[in-house]
Amino acid sequence: MPLPSAGAPGTLGEPLMAARGVNVFYGAKQALRGVSLDIRRGEVLALIGPSGCGKSTFLRCLNRMNDVVEGARVEGEIRLEGQDIYGPEMDVVLLRARVGMVAQKPNPFPKSVYDNVAYGPRIHGLTSSRAELDALVERSLRDAALWDEVKDRLREPGTSLSGGQQQRLCIARAIAVSPDVLLMDEPCSAIDPIATERIEMLIEQLRQRYAIVIVTHNMQQAARISQRTAYFHLGEMLEIGPTHEVFTAARSEKARDYISGRFG
Amino acid sequence: MTDAVPLPPPEARPAGAPPSPHLSARIAARRRGRHRAEARFRLYGLAALALCVVALAVLLASLLLTGLSAFRQTHLRLEVEIAPQHLDPARPQAGDYGAMLRAALEARFPEATSRADRRRLHALLSGGAEEDLRRMVVADPSLIGTRQRLWLLAGTDVDMAVKTGLPRVARQIAEGAGVRLSERQLEWLERLSREGDLALRWNSRFFTAGDSRDPERVGVLGGLVGSLLTLLVCLALALPVGVAAAVYLEEFAPRNRFTALIEVNIANLAAVPSIVFGLLGLAVFLNVFGMPRSAPLVGGAVLALLSLPIIIIAARAALRAVPPSVREAALALGASPMQVVTHHVLPLAMPGILTGTILALANALGETAPLLMIGMVAFIVDIPGDILSPATVLPVQIYMWASGAERGFVEKTAAGILVLLAFMLSMNAVAILMRRRVERRW
Repeated sequence: MPLPSAGAPGTLGEPLMAARGVNVFYGAKQALRGVSLDIRRGEVLALIGPSGCGKSTFLRCLNRMNDVVEGARVEGEIRLEGQDIYGPEMDVVLLRARVGMVAQKPNPFPKSVYDNVAYGPRIHGLTSSRAELDALVERSLRDAALWDEVKDRLREPGTSLSGGQQQRLCIARAIAVSPDVLLMDEPCSAIDPIATERIEMLIEQLRQRYAIVIVTHNMQQAARISQRTAYFHLGEMLEIGPTHEVFTAARSEKARDYISGRFG
Repeated sequence: MTDAVPLPPPEARPAGAPPSPHLSARIAARRRGRHRAEARFRLYGLAALALCVVALAVLLASLLLTGLSAFRQTHLRLEVEIAPQHLDPARPQAGDYGAMLRAALEARFPEATSRADRRRLHALLSGGAEEDLRRMVVADPSLIGTRQRLWLLAGTDVDMAVKTGLPRVARQIAEGAGVRLSERQLEWLERLSREGDLALRWNSRFFTAGDSRDPERVGVLGGLVGSLLTLLVCLALALPVGVAAAVYLEEFAPRNRFTALIEVNIANLAAVPSIVFGLLGLAVFLNVFGMPRSAPLVGGAVLALLSLPIIIIAARAALRAVPPSVREAALALGASPMQVVTHHVLPLAMPGILTGTILALANALGETAPLLMIGMVAFIVDIPGDILSPATVLPVQIYMWASGAERGFVEKTAAGILVLLAFMLSMNAVAILMRRRVERRW
């Protein structure tokens, strides 16, 4: 069933994912209060806000990675194409295959570059032959703008790559599963500016095919790469809208202060 | 250097600024004290290390001094007639080889005519000599009817005298010290020695025989095979159960009061005296389940109980050391919890688990008390063939030799310990090699 749209008026059709009134508790502590927003295909949604504001927590709700956190409890409703992802019908394995994630710190498996990318397709059985898998690995590495650098090093451990390459390897690994949504938790915070630029270009390209939600501490980055921005503060979402509007004419004073660098 | 630029003079302290407190005499003295304490601290560590090394060296040296002589055994060379009248050529294993050896001794020393002298003469050879001769003839029946010059195993009293040195034994006999060799026997030995027919030869029997009542005939193979079988049973039971328990506790179990209770009990179980597990084995495996006594199966099961808590604790520590980011990465790709464990966590934890397991097994290898309770202390001559046949293990074998009355057992005890240590070291070496292989396979 269609949900009423939240935040800025949608221009790109029905939302792929929709969150309504999401509360998250870690034990007795409430980390998120009543967050509602939509995630759409073809756009990058940036989540910004000071440390501890709950933006990473919200991101982890979208593929239920909070499930593994001891004492975490999620209330409210998050739907993927109309299906409640916290509902009893939802298979978490399927959810995580459709909603991929790239962590803050590059975390390649201690396996070869090839096996890192091939892991997802293997466990989900996406390919039926070795040649198909090879092609998928190559395509994913190309899409992650890493192929030219690693095509002769596919058998070397993923952990031997540089930090920026490792992060692109993690992106390749995530998109090899053909997700619909790609979640990125400060993907550039652990790598240098040149590698950051490459990843930003990559995100711009990936936007054509995936809905991307990115948490970032870097205001310029949010302004450069996102179409919409949500501002979080102490567990509440104070602001959401087209990025240029949030950056130039935020309604809340706190968001204005944060974006202009007065605190945060 | 040609283009060295002279350093400018140090910048003057601004007027009125207090001098650096770190240059005052009081703080300088304190700093010197800190350096002295540092040096003392290192010295303590070094001293502790030296103490350990010295203790180990003393232990090894004393074992080598006592035990090395056990690897050579005294042999006499005699001309033996394999006389057809003492055996039936159709059944050479039933021949009276003792009679042939006695005849050979009497031929060599015809002066021994009285009954007492002849008894003393016969005592020069071990019962093992008869056994060796029988084995030789059974293997090669064409020897029947021939005369052979053979090196024959000497009895333990002869062996002890040769290892002490014949002149010294002669002095001891003269002083009337308690020597188990008579003057006549010593004379014969001296004659054999002069003629080159008395020698210490490599004691291969020590590695191919089982236990015996005679110290010159004992071997470690029975204990070695028994230990190996027992450890295999222990490994086969303890490793899968331990790893499965550790994986469940670490990766799947909810954190609640019940699991906390289990954790505390596992830690306590690791500290339970081993004899208690022996009693448990006696009561449960032998009396309730009716398993055979002295069998490596039961010994391995008891040792598995003993090793389990150690393996579980080590495996949990190894699992906990796997970075959470690996689990997150796999989960985020849609791996099921079991796939996360089998594809990522276990392979990464394997080196640590193996190390813990080997430590537990090395512990089990040296365990004696619980095995006494289930009857592995029985006197068993045969080499155990499977996990159900009666067996003993190396440490129990060593214990039995150590309590043996004959003086010949002293060196065998030390030699047995050397074999046990060598077994343990090779086990650890295999473990390290295995670890390396597992580690390289990222």
